Amino acid sequence: MAQNKTFAQIESRYFYALVTIGGLVSAMGLAAAYYIEEHGHVVTGMNNQIVWGMPHVFAIFMIVAASGVLNVASVGSVFSKDVYKARAPLAGLLSIALLAGGLTVLMLDLGRPDRIIVAATNYNPTSVFAWNVLLYNGLLALVALYLWTLMEKRMNPWSKPVGLMVFAWRIILTTGTGLIFAFLVARQAYASAVLPPMFIVMSFAWGLAAFLIVQSVMFTWNDLALNPAIQQRMKNLLGLFIISTLYFVAAYHLTNLYFARQTEFEHFILLHGGIYPWLFWGGYVLLGSALPLLLIFHPALGKTRSVLVASVLTIAGAFALLYVLIIGGQAFPLSIFPGYAVTSSFGDGQIANYLPSAPEILLGCGGLAIAFLITTIGVRVLNFLPHDDSKVPQHD
Amino acid sequence: MSKVDLNRRNFLAKTSVALGGLVIAPGLMLFDFAHAKQPGEAASSSVRWGMLIDTNQCHDGCNECVSACSKENGWPEAKSPTDVQWIRKVELRQISTGRQTSLPMMCQHCAQPPCVDVCPTAASFKRADGIVLVDKHRCIGCRYCMMACPYKARSFVHEPVLDHDSDMPRGQGTVESCTMCVHRVDRGQQPACVEACAKAGHRVILFGDLNDPNSDISTRIRSVASTQLRADLGLDPGISFVGL
Repeated sequence: MAQNKTFAQIESRYFYALVTIGGLVSAMGLAAAYYIEEHGHVVTGMNNQIVWGMPHVFAIFMIVAASGVLNVASVGSVFSKDVYKARAPLAGLLSIALLAGGLTVLMLDLGRPDRIIVAATNYNPTSVFAWNVLLYNGLLALVALYLWTLMEKRMNPWSKPVGLMVFAWRIILTTGTGLIFAFLVARQAYASAVLPPMFIVMSFAWGLAAFLIVQSVMFTWNDLALNPAIQQRMKNLLGLFIISTLYFVAAYHLTNLYFARQTEFEHFILLHGGIYPWLFWGGYVLLGSALPLLLIFHPALGKTRSVLVASVLTIAGAFALLYVLIIGGQAFPLSIFPGYAVTSSFGDGQIANYLPSAPEILLGCGGLAIAFLITTIGVRVLNFLPHDDSKVPQHD
Repeated sequence: MSKVDLNRRNFLAKTSVALGGLVIAPGLMLFDFAHAKQPGEAASSSVRWGMLIDTNQCHDGCNECVSACSKENGWPEAKSPTDVQWIRKVELRQISTGRQTSLPMMCQHCAQPPCVDVCPTAASFKRADGIVLVDKHRCIGCRYCMMACPYKARSFVHEPVLDHDSDMPRGQGTVESCTMCVHRVDRGQQPACVEACAKAGHRVILFGDLNDPNSDISTRIRSVASTQLRADLGLDPGISFVGL
């Protein structure tokens, strides 16, 4: 009893320490946003060529992962797998947390965040951004409803149909996120129909990696050990998603390489584009994909710590891939005059420089901290810990 | 007799002036009606404003159009990649032949503008007469239009704007681009760049109504080979180039 009390005290102290850290980083993010709005985007690394920078890397990561983390819930509710059903509430909470963090960053990076209400009062139906306003808010509402059906016993029978709606909604939502880029005819990095399905598969990998990290921390926190069979199944799923993402990324680059008009861009991104090839091969392919796969599938590895490291590396790889796609894609000059070498005072024909500034990175970290705070407070206040039955089948 | 002659002369003189006035005035008035809008009058889709840029006449190093635009619309001279540029001079060298060309580059005022399609708040819009604009009061500064524009025509205001012209409101955190000097066009004048180029004796830019088959620009487009930039994208820009 005395021992329990001590544990509770320690736990409480840790909780408040974590909330304080999360709160401080969130506050720094908000302060950074205020600084940017006060001085203008001139204090960021962004310019008239690279118009979306580090905040978008953070925001799109969180929005994509917010959709993908729901995969855990969908496997439970839609495909009736008990192991995943036990994890659906935590997946729902993480989805809300990540989406809130991502949208905060996206909104605070606007040139005029004070006018955000205009996005609701003046709606342009042809804009995929405008569609996403509905999709993101709709997902927040649907996931909240879904959590209610999961956590309120009387509502349990509704969890399957609502889970099905969430499943459909998030697939459409991530399609919408991929379409932000796929619809851009102007830039060579984008305008590809493979981007929406690629974003969906990326969301599966990144969302599951985020889930596994949180689950691992929660089990350690509560001094519990994850059932090895469940561990095995979830890590294999992560491995499958990492391979699927690699497949889509390869298809995207191979098709580009085949088109003569795109080869110069591909050579830039994959070979001689400075930081971008390094981040692609070293960050995404090696550290963010090959190493996690080794940690997951090597017979001598694949235990709790390996899976945790694999998950962290997958997320690091996600940031590298998004940096290459978003910033590398803009750094390459627009092809306005094919067949001509071009110079101007506006950077025509030149590779654009971009160096992320501290306020941008702080704003992004602030978004992550908001997601962290929502998760930490959520798991403390409500019962989100996955409760597994003692007997878990080895195979489905 | 002389009195009668005087009366006749007076009569003839006055009648001639009156008749002359009757003949010329409608012409002058029609010219005004055709080129200037009354305050509050909506733009008409019977007009499509456009430009024809003759790159053969454009002088390498001449910056008159850029300076005129900057002065007219109140944007400062660009010094860094974060500074706005509504119009810029582009120097081109054909890779296969080495032929060098120079041209002014600005918003191409597309008939199918991608910036208008992607703008979440409909701040980017196309007027009935084909001029593509940004409503500065609606723009939330998301920069999606800048991502979507194939011509790098738009700039984001990265710094506070301390002074701006009453004709052309500007503001930090919003996106802006060439307005084809809409305020001048509505008054029946030519865009500042066109005027400045002509004043410098180059006559590179021809401005006019593409919908009017008898306008100078339409006549010229019929008689010389011209191209639209990135015509493959099917955006139908209102600006065409000769000599590319």
